[in-house]
Amino acid sequence: MPIAFNPSVSAALPGPAWLVDLRREVVEGIGDVDPPSTDEEVWRYSRIGDLDLDRFQPLAIQAPLVKPFMDSGATDANAATVVLRNGWLEDSSISTEAAALGVTVGRIGDLGDGAAYFASVLSTPADLFGHLNRAFGPEPLAVVVPDGVRLDAPIVVRVHTDADSAALFPRLFVRCGVDTDVTVVEHHTSASEVVSMVSPVLEAQVEADARLRHALVQNLGTGLWNLAHQAFRVDQNATVETFVAGLGGCYARTRTDCRLVGRGAEARLTAAYYGEQDQTHDFRTFQEHAAPDTTSELLFKGALDGTSRSIYSGLIKVDPEAVRTRAYQTNRNIKLSADAWAHSVPNLEIETDDVVCSHASTVSPVDEEQLFYLESRGVPTTIAERLLVEGFFDDVISRAPTEAVGLALRATLVERLDRRLRNLRPEAAA
Amino acid sequence: MTSERVLCIEGLCAKAGDAHILGGIDLEVRPGEVHAIMGPNGSGKSTLSHVLMGRPGYEVTAGSVTLDGTDLLELAPWERAQAGLFLALQHPTEVPGVSLESMLVEAAVAGGRDPDGIRAALVVEAERIGFDEKFLGRPVNVDLSGGEKKRNEALQMSVIRPRYAVLDEIDSGLDVDALAAVARRVQDATDETGLGVLVITHFSRLLEVLEPDRVHVLSHGRIHTSGGPELAEELEADGYTGILGEAVDAPEVAVELGLGPDPFADPLA
Ligand SMILES: Nc1ncnc2c1ncn2[C@@H]1O[C@H](COP(=O)(O)OP(=O)(O)OP(=O)(O)O)[C@@H](O)[C@H]1O
Ligand SMILES: [Mg+2]
Repeated sequence: MPIAFNPSVSAALPGPAWLVDLRREVVEGIGDVDPPSTDEEVWRYSRIGDLDLDRFQPLAIQAPLVKPFMDSGATDANAATVVLRNGWLEDSSISTEAAALGVTVGRIGDLGDGAAYFASVLSTPADLFGHLNRAFGPEPLAVVVPDGVRLDAPIVVRVHTDADSAALFPRLFVRCGVDTDVTVVEHHTSASEVVSMVSPVLEAQVEADARLRHALVQNLGTGLWNLAHQAFRVDQNATVETFVAGLGGCYARTRTDCRLVGRGAEARLTAAYYGEQDQTHDFRTFQEHAAPDTTSELLFKGALDGTSRSIYSGLIKVDPEAVRTRAYQTNRNIKLSADAWAHSVPNLEIETDDVVCSHASTVSPVDEEQLFYLESRGVPTTIAERLLVEGFFDDVISRAPTEAVGLALRATLVERLDRRLRNLRPEAAA
Repeated sequence: MTSERVLCIEGLCAKAGDAHILGGIDLEVRPGEVHAIMGPNGSGKSTLSHVLMGRPGYEVTAGSVTLDGTDLLELAPWERAQAGLFLALQHPTEVPGVSLESMLVEAAVAGGRDPDGIRAALVVEAERIGFDEKFLGRPVNVDLSGGEKKRNEALQMSVIRPRYAVLDEIDSGLDVDALAAVARRVQDATDETGLGVLVITHFSRLLEVLEPDRVHVLSHGRIHTSGGPELAEELEADGYTGILGEAVDAPEVAVELGLGPDPFADPLA
């Protein structure tokens, strides 16, 4: 997979001098970066071999806004609302309360210490896409919440794609200062009919005693290739709750690296995904325990219909010094069709004795006993399946960071299940 | 054509896996009638109830079942329920994430009945059998005690108002008061809506309130003896050995009795 991306595109990208230099360095070295291969565990079972990067071109400038922008989701109820269109900052607004508390939302170059933030959580790119994001991404968005600030309302970031045949590299940096309480909700969407590749990166730094709730609601069009990477660094006694709703995309990959670096740090990782037609959802998770008394708990649940596929591959890694680690990992999959396919690969790498770890994974059809029970009360088979699948997602939905995210996810799942029902029982739709 | 109102089981034979369990059951339950089925552990009582509702894992090898003229064996389980059959399971299944109300609402919608009254009916019926209203909000059977699950089955029967109900050991796990309340509720349904009942039990206590018209003793997948209510008392006093003799703990006897149309059996034997 030689990279046909034109280096002059990278050179033409605007930004502060340090970023321009950094891009140039990355572009110069990019020829030496091996493209991902399914021989690597972290890409095993993926469809990376089917991705034809030549079809997509990075953008040197923001594409002009042809159609008036969709609803940005800005409401007075948000602490801040930001729109990244094709990776570029299109629009942002911040509530008076949040601004008064010193919260900043804007281009990373506008921060005096922006250079120090960039790549501070993700010091080396994980793969070719990480390099491409650095080389061909526009200036990243930075959200900084100063020490001690507690935000009741969420910061909402819309990451929208409307450029066609484009390779897009949005990048977001979040810093939650000491003893902060922050909720960040990202909505990833795309214009219908667009066929592009989006490879976003999130770096989130959760400092001591802070709490970050983060959601990524991925509802891209079915023409999109999505290769997302999110990295969290969690300091002493801080907590991160991550939440991914994997709904759209033709191939949607989300890699989550959660590093617990301070004593007593905690992470709760959640995902819900639904595959239909020939979608592929691909999740890679790393629960890295690098300090004593750290806890991580992961629950990923998915339902697969049609010929859709899912991959869950997760590693719990416990460093020698991370004594008294508690780490849990659960992945459950329901196959709604005989042709759907789910791979679940949990892994442990533990270098100390004093730990409590568990992992569990299941791939199964809808529970036959439960199905029979509902049917024996008079509920038609397909409707019983819908009830059971909705119920299956109950616990993950209850872990959504905001009520709005939970409701939106439930609504989308119900819509998908209704569509499934209409396809299976056309007579009932009439 | 108006067909006769009866749940009619004729020559019903069924196997689970490779095992022949039911060896030719004949039973007729009419509206308002109560038929009790008793019999030793493993004699096939639950199997009969499952086969009637079409639970996966069984194969009907011979015989027929009709409900008011409708061939049940042709139908999917939910269609059997919609045709008017109800099954209270011996071991009710827990269904996490699904509420009792949404389940019954979907059942009502599928049957073309008004779902709006379900909530109110649940409250009224729960009161009638002493089922605490707080359980109504829970996912179906989740975190209910054994006895509460049985009450939940009785509650659902009352709300669904089937034409025929098969109650598989609905009394097991119930405390004395609950037993009386549930038995009375079923008895009332036979009077009020003409419910026909096939009640499976090990104890005559239930039958003191829910008075059976007939008592059938099942052994090795066949009805060995049928009689009036006095048969239940006899069983209580003498145990099964008194009535079934050797058959109780000698499964081979079932084969000698011609259990099931074994395709490899000698037809002249
Ligand atoms: N899937 C199966 N494969 C083989 N044998 C089975 C299967 N299911 C049930 N059986 C057997 O069928 C027989 C009848 O079981 P059933 O549950 O109908 O008994 P029962 O009369 O309801 O007993 P109890 O009074 O204990 O409830 C038992 O011997 C049981 O072991
Ligand atoms: Mg039984």
